[in-house]
Amino acid sequence: MKPEYEKYFRNNLPHIWCAGCGHGIVMSAWARAVNQLGLDKDQCVAISGIGCSSRITGYIDMHTMNTTHGRALTFATGVKMARPDLNVFVFSGDGDGTAIGGNHFIHACRRNIDMTVVLMNNNIYGMTGGQFSPMTPFGKKATTCPYGSIDRSFDMAELAKGAGATFVARSDIFHAKHLTDMIVAGFNHKGFSIIEAVSSCPISYGRRNGTPDPRDMMDNIKEMCVMKAAYDKLSDEEKANKIPIGILQQIDDAPEYTSEYEKLVERVQGGAK
Amino acid sequence: MAKKSYDVQVVSKLCKACGLCVHLCPKNVFDRAKDGRAVPARPEDCIGCGTCELHCPDFCVETKEKEGE
Amino acid sequence: MANVRLVQGNEACALGALKAGAYNFFGYPITPSTEIAEHMAEMMPKCGARFVQMEDEIASIGAVIGAAATGRKAFTATSGPGFSLMQEAIGFAAIDEVPCVVVDVQRMGPCTGLPTLSAQGDIQQARFGSHGDHAIIALAPSSVMETYYMTIQCFNLAEKYRTPVILLLDEEIGHLRERFDVDPDEEVEIINRKQPTCAPEDYLPYENTEDDVPAMAYWGKGYRYHMTGLTHNQKGYYSSVLPEVDAFNRRLTRKIEGHIDEFWESEDFFVDDCDYLFIAYGSVARTAQEAMEELRAEGIKVGLLRPKTIWPINEAKIKKACEGKKAVIVPELNLGQYAREIERVIGKPVEKVTRVDSELVLVEECVDKVKEVLK
Repeated sequence: MKPEYEKYFRNNLPHIWCAGCGHGIVMSAWARAVNQLGLDKDQCVAISGIGCSSRITGYIDMHTMNTTHGRALTFATGVKMARPDLNVFVFSGDGDGTAIGGNHFIHACRRNIDMTVVLMNNNIYGMTGGQFSPMTPFGKKATTCPYGSIDRSFDMAELAKGAGATFVARSDIFHAKHLTDMIVAGFNHKGFSIIEAVSSCPISYGRRNGTPDPRDMMDNIKEMCVMKAAYDKLSDEEKANKIPIGILQQIDDAPEYTSEYEKLVERVQGGAK
Repeated sequence: MAKKSYDVQVVSKLCKACGLCVHLCPKNVFDRAKDGRAVPARPEDCIGCGTCELHCPDFCVETKEKEGE
Repeated sequence: MANVRLVQGNEACALGALKAGAYNFFGYPITPSTEIAEHMAEMMPKCGARFVQMEDEIASIGAVIGAAATGRKAFTATSGPGFSLMQEAIGFAAIDEVPCVVVDVQRMGPCTGLPTLSAQGDIQQARFGSHGDHAIIALAPSSVMETYYMTIQCFNLAEKYRTPVILLLDEEIGHLRERFDVDPDEEVEIINRKQPTCAPEDYLPYENTEDDVPAMAYWGKGYRYHMTGLTHNQKGYYSSVLPEVDAFNRRLTRKIEGHIDEFWESEDFFVDDCDYLFIAYGSVARTAQEAMEELRAEGIKVGLLRPKTIWPINEAKIKKACEGKKAVIVPELNLGQYAREIERVIGKPVEKVTRVDSELVLVEECVDKVKEVLK
C-alpha cells in the first residue's frame, strides 16, 4: 500500500471482503481523499452500521465505531453534537442505509449536520448471503426474490434530494478517481454530504444475475455510470440503462445544525444576561 | 526525454485473484498465475497510469516510478 | 428556605442531570417522560449544553451512545414503548462499555397501554430487555428530591463502571410535585471515567483490569480505538476466540455484579426488628411505608426494605433481610415482576400485592395483606 494513505489504516489487512468486491475499491478511494485533504486522523471519526460495507471501520485508523444495523447516522449525530470539532465520516450500504436505516437517513438529510457519508451500493444484502435490498433493481434476483424482484427500488440520490440533503453526489468503482473527488468535495461542503458509491457484489448479486465475474460487473458499471453533464444530454431512451454520476445537488446556504446550535446558545445566553 | 519506467509490485499474500488489474490494465502488464493471482509479467510496458492501483480492492498492487533513469 | 419550591419528579431529573454534568440530551416525545425533554430543551442552551429532538427513540439512544463515546455525559428519557425500541442499542452500550443514562418513566403497558397512568411494568425489561448476557445497573427513586440525587448518581455509576445505567421512575414519581429543597450550588461528588495512563500504542480499551473496568480514553487525544457491537478482544477487534469471548462476557457481568457492595443501596425500616417485611420500591414504597407505620401503631411488627438499587439485586442482603420473617410482602404495580426475583433469591414464595388497573396500590391493601397473612 502506498505510504501516503497507508497511514490511515490499521495494520490488519487482508480485509473480510470477497475477491473482486467493490468495497475495497471504495475504501482505497476514500483513503486517497483523506490523504488529499491532509486530515489529522486523531481528529477524525469513522462510523458504520452493519453489513459488508460497515466492516470498513475495522480497518481505518481513526476513532471508529461499528454500530448497530441502520443506526450509524444516529451515532454520528451524537458524536457531532458532542464534539463538532471532529471530522465525521459515515459508511453505510444500500440495505443498512435505506431500509433499516431509512428513517435516520431522511432525517439526517433534513437536519444537515456537517458529516460525510459514503453509501456503498452493491444492490444486495451481502453479509447475510444475498437477499434483496430496497436498491435491488426491479426484476433482479436474490435469495429472497428467486423469481425476480417485484419491489420497486429506491434511487438513493433522489431520496436524499427529496429529503433536503445539501450535498448529494454519486460515483462508482470504475471511476475511482472521480469517487475520490466526490468524497473530497463532500467533505469540503459544510453540511450533510452523501455520496453514493456504486459498488459490486459478484458473489451474492452477480452470481444470481448473470455476472459472477468481477470483471463483468466492472464493465457493466463502466457502461452504466455516465458523468452528469453527458447524461443530461441523453434521450429518455438512452437514459434507461444509465445513471448519472457527479454532484447531483448542492445547496450552500442551508443552515448547518451544529452552527445553528452555537448561534442558539449565544442568543439564549445573551438574552439571559 | 527518456521514457519513464515503473516498478510494478503485487503483494501476493493480499491478492485474492479477482483479476481486475489484469482486466483493466491498458498495457497488458499482468498475467495470472496458476492460482489466479496477478503477476506483473511485463513491468517494462507499464505507463504508470495507476489504473491497477485504483481498482485493486485488496491494496496489493502498487506502481512506482523508477528513480534515476 | 430560599431554595425550597414545588418541583415535579421529571423536572428534578432534568436538574439532576445538569448538575451531574450532562452535556448531551437526545430524545423523542413520549408520555409520561416528555417534561424531561422539555426542561432539557429549555435549560441546555442556557448552560451551553446540547439538546436534540431526534426522529425516534432508536435514534435517540444511538446519538446518546455516540456522544458518550467521545467523552461527554449524555442521556435520554423515555417511557415503555420507547424503552422497548432502545433495547438493541442499550446492548451496544453494554458490550462497548459506554457510560450513559436512560431514564424510563414507566407507564402502564403492554404496548401503548395507558400512557398517562402509572405502572412498574418495566422492571424485568430494565434487566433483561436487551439480548445476550450482561449486567445492568438500575435505580428507582421514591420521591422528587431523591430523583434529583439519584439522577446524579446514575451518571456517576455509568462513568465508574462504564455501563448504561437505567433510572426507573414511575409515572407517579415523574409527575409528582412536592417539596424540593436543594441548593443548586451544593457540592456533589462527580465521577468521570478512568483515563489510560499508558502510551496510546499500549492502550487496551477493553482490558481485563484488576477492577474489571478498563480505562476509557476521551476522543481526540491520540488513543484511537475501534468500537464494535461484535464480541471483541481487549483491543476492540472482533474475536471469536473461545477463551477471549468467555473472559469478555464474564467480565461484563462481573464488573457490575461482582462489585455490588460498592454501590448497592437501600433504605431500611425495622428490617432487623420485624416479623413481616415489605420489600417495595419507587412510588409504591411510600404506600408500604405508610402501611408499615399503621401496622406498627397497632403493635404488629412490620418492616420495610426499599431497594434504591433495583438491579443488580443484592442477593446476600435480601436473603439476610428475609431470614426468619413470618412473611415477606412485595407490593408493586405489576403482576409480581420483582416478587419473582425475591422468590428466586430467598427460595420460597412471597406474598404479593399487585395492581395492573392503573390505580396505585393502596395503604389498606398492604395492611389487609399483612392481616390476612397473620391469621
